[in-house]
Amino acid sequence: MSTLKETLWDPVAGFGVTFRTMFKKPVTEKYPFEKVPTAPRFHGRHQLNRWPDGLEKCVGCELCAWACPADAIYVEGASNTEDERFSPGERYGRVYQINYLRCILCGLCIEACPTRALTMTNEYELADDNRAALIYEKDDLLAPLLPGMLEPPHEMLISDDHHDYYRGKSLPIVETTSGPETAS
Amino acid sequence: MTVTEPNPTDTTPVELVTLTIDDVEVSVPKGTLVIRAAELIGTEIPRFCDHPLLAPVGACRQCLVEIPDAGNGRGMPKPQASCTIEVAPGMVVRTQVTSPVAEKAQEGMLEFLLANHPLDCPVCDKGGECPLQNQSLSHGASESRFIETKRLFPKPLPLSSNVLLDRERCVLCQRCTRFQSEIAGDPFIALLERGAQQQIGIAPDVPFGSYFSGNTIQICPVGALTSADYRFRSRPFDLISVPSVSEHDACGSAIRVDHRRGKVMRRLAGDDPEVNEEWITDKDRFAFTWSRQADRLTTPLVRNPATGELEPTSWPGALAVAARGLAAAAGKAVLTGGRLTVEDAYAYAKFARVALGTNNIDFRARPTSKEETEFLAAKVAGTPVDVTFADLERATAVVLVGLEPEDEAGTLFLRLRKASRQGVQVFALGTHTTRGLTKMNGTLVPTVPGQEAAALAELAVSPGTIILAGERLATIPGALSAVATKATESGARWAWVPRRAGDRSALDAGCLPNLLPGARPVASAEARADAAADWGVPSLPDEVGLDTDAIIAAAASGELGALVVAGVDVDDLADPALARDALRSVDFLVSLEVRASAVTALADVVLPVAPPVEKAGTFINWEGRQRPFHQVLIDAPALTDVRVLAGIAEELGRPIGIRTTAEAAAEWRELGPWDGKRIVFRGRKPAAAKTAAGKVVAGRVVLDTWKQLIDGGRLQDGADFLRQTAREPVLRASEATLTACGVQPGQRATLTGPSGSASFIAEAAFMPEGVVWAPTNSGVHLGAALGVAHGGRVSLTGGER
Repeated sequence: MSTLKETLWDPVAGFGVTFRTMFKKPVTEKYPFEKVPTAPRFHGRHQLNRWPDGLEKCVGCELCAWACPADAIYVEGASNTEDERFSPGERYGRVYQINYLRCILCGLCIEACPTRALTMTNEYELADDNRAALIYEKDDLLAPLLPGMLEPPHEMLISDDHHDYYRGKSLPIVETTSGPETAS
Repeated sequence: MTVTEPNPTDTTPVELVTLTIDDVEVSVPKGTLVIRAAELIGTEIPRFCDHPLLAPVGACRQCLVEIPDAGNGRGMPKPQASCTIEVAPGMVVRTQVTSPVAEKAQEGMLEFLLANHPLDCPVCDKGGECPLQNQSLSHGASESRFIETKRLFPKPLPLSSNVLLDRERCVLCQRCTRFQSEIAGDPFIALLERGAQQQIGIAPDVPFGSYFSGNTIQICPVGALTSADYRFRSRPFDLISVPSVSEHDACGSAIRVDHRRGKVMRRLAGDDPEVNEEWITDKDRFAFTWSRQADRLTTPLVRNPATGELEPTSWPGALAVAARGLAAAAGKAVLTGGRLTVEDAYAYAKFARVALGTNNIDFRARPTSKEETEFLAAKVAGTPVDVTFADLERATAVVLVGLEPEDEAGTLFLRLRKASRQGVQVFALGTHTTRGLTKMNGTLVPTVPGQEAAALAELAVSPGTIILAGERLATIPGALSAVATKATESGARWAWVPRRAGDRSALDAGCLPNLLPGARPVASAEARADAAADWGVPSLPDEVGLDTDAIIAAAASGELGALVVAGVDVDDLADPALARDALRSVDFLVSLEVRASAVTALADVVLPVAPPVEKAGTFINWEGRQRPFHQVLIDAPALTDVRVLAGIAEELGRPIGIRTTAEAAAEWRELGPWDGKRIVFRGRKPAAAKTAAGKVVAGRVVLDTWKQLIDGGRLQDGADFLRQTAREPVLRASEATLTACGVQPGQRATLTGPSGSASFIAEAAFMPEGVVWAPTNSGVHLGAALGVAHGGRVSLTGGER
């Protein structure tokens, strides 16, 4: 049993909202054609960082895996050898996997990391159509090589003492003219 | 931690002392330390250096308490270390619970300890099970005031290939150095330097070469001592811990197995005051990777008659082939090896009798004798626990015959050393004073191998003495008889100490040609009827079977048609060359093994079975004590020997009626020991002393040999760090013997036997003339290389052949 107001006034009022909105700035983002930057501390995809000479910061301690509430991280450590060095010190992460089907991007792993090897980027485009592609391996997670960095394995270039790495010593600055070169 | 239990046989009343701790009156036995008296009222005083099995030292000063009245009406002016102070009547003690002074003292101590302690808990092996971490949380200050640079040392410092030291983490509690000097007797580590630079260290040219070094890692209250094997591999909270029993010797030491992702990560000493207290050997601790080597068998293999190659087959297929082959064969025999649990051994014993219808079964994969068979059946099998570890401490003297406990039963050695420190005299009938005997402060009764019986007969033995007889006596005629005679004559007690974990289990389960389970003599119709009734079969074979040597000989000569062989290392047998011949020439060979071996290479059917870590079971140690353990890796797919044997028996149409370990255990217990007439041990006369004994005759000498704790044994495969701590293999002989044979001490010398030769660096030792000692399996297996066992004759020449 509809009243007179419902029959006559309500449709007009409804279209009124539509009419008024036509003159407002739209909130819709034209993703994926236009990508709006995230907040600077947005929790996006992880990154495994490197020391300035390209050695990996990860020591394979598995604390990230332990901190993870979703059990999304799998790490297997291994020992550096004289011939094959991936990180300063004794150990490195030989296998490093993050399963983005499980990851809830909470960032507890970042807090757990004792060497700041694991941080998060602002990258949020984490979708795919199969499971395997969403389990990121070490290669997918490692930070890109910046100028001056060498792809491990290689010996410690900054200092023979691994403590110098943790104290923040960096490579001597070498003026280069063409492309990245290493300081020796 | 071990709480020393009051001795049940001690009838002297304990003198009690009453004191007040935290306003609670408590009575404790005289001589108790304050720190332990406090535990009795439920107050845990923080501590690092204190350990119930080590002498009090008061090194870490963490356990400070206030003592307002020391029992004489006067108080102690300053807080005192409660781990070094004995209780006194009327004493008043205030711990951190009631005394702000004690609380502040403990907090201050922790702050000092943490001043130089690195904050690397997140990457430290001990993090999560660390007394320093725990006690900092429960008793320490919440914030550090220390902002200066911490003391740094290079790390890790390898003390040996096994044990690594992080000096920065050390709190100088000296548990490790005290363990090594008090318990193990290998004081290779000590405190060096003074003041802030004080540190644990080793002499520059002498590594931490102790068979018991792993225990220091376990008792270290911080992460200063770490094991090379486990370092950075895992964290305590990753691990699933299962109590278990070591499979490496006949002591039945309690261990704790920690595993993760289906792989054993480490083993720790379990706490069993009756058996191993809190200590195990490095072999028990580090040798656990053998069962996951690349040659591990995972599927049944059957030899393809067309190609002659072993090919993977399904379980039903392989069992059917095995059953067909066994059914077709004329004579059958079973060699079980000495590494089985009592359940598995029982299944073999029953399988041989019920399914194969033979008494040709022997567990001894080593040189044997008829005398030993009879001795074991009459005197050892199925006997209740008599001599125990604790009894050794109460004995007046211990006589070791044919036994080197440090190498052959490490936990027994530690208990003997403890006993010797309490005044028990240790005598060893041997060729030379070994390092182990020196550490036991023992007396050598110089004996040429082969003359043990005569030497024992001459020895004056008092009734409170315990005689420990080793398995090497098997090949010495009259030696085991002499042990039995001596014990009867003098009233001394004795025990037989085998080398392998499953030897005593197999014996009690009836894996002997003249014995059914529970020490039922095969020759006794009554005993056979008893077992047959229990097993639900009309009758059992009544003829005493062949022993190991006879089985090998019969197989080599073609009298046996089929052999079932479990974990046997061919080189350990009396004549390895003949044994290889036998395995090759026997028509049908079934091998139940964990890993590919010399036996599986020749087998017609190879059936993979589970190693101890993947099954439950019970070992029986040298005391006769049952040491049950659970399955550690519960998801492991491997089948037990019981299950595999049941499968073959069912295919044969003669089921053994047991399929699981639990069923086997239940049936074995139900069958129980035999209460009827046992086999009578007649005893043998020792061989007449040859005039040649104790002399070098034409360059020929008597061989004295045993296996060192860490050697080439297959159960140490994969434990590379452990193997690097093995003792240097040397050959020992007296200077006169070496000179007579033209050998320079320090140079290489060669031993030659019927099947070949082996060379070692020679070392002069105080030994009887005409005797040479060399390790059995360090680098080269003497049995295989020379074809001579303990007590045999070899020729000794200088240089390398």
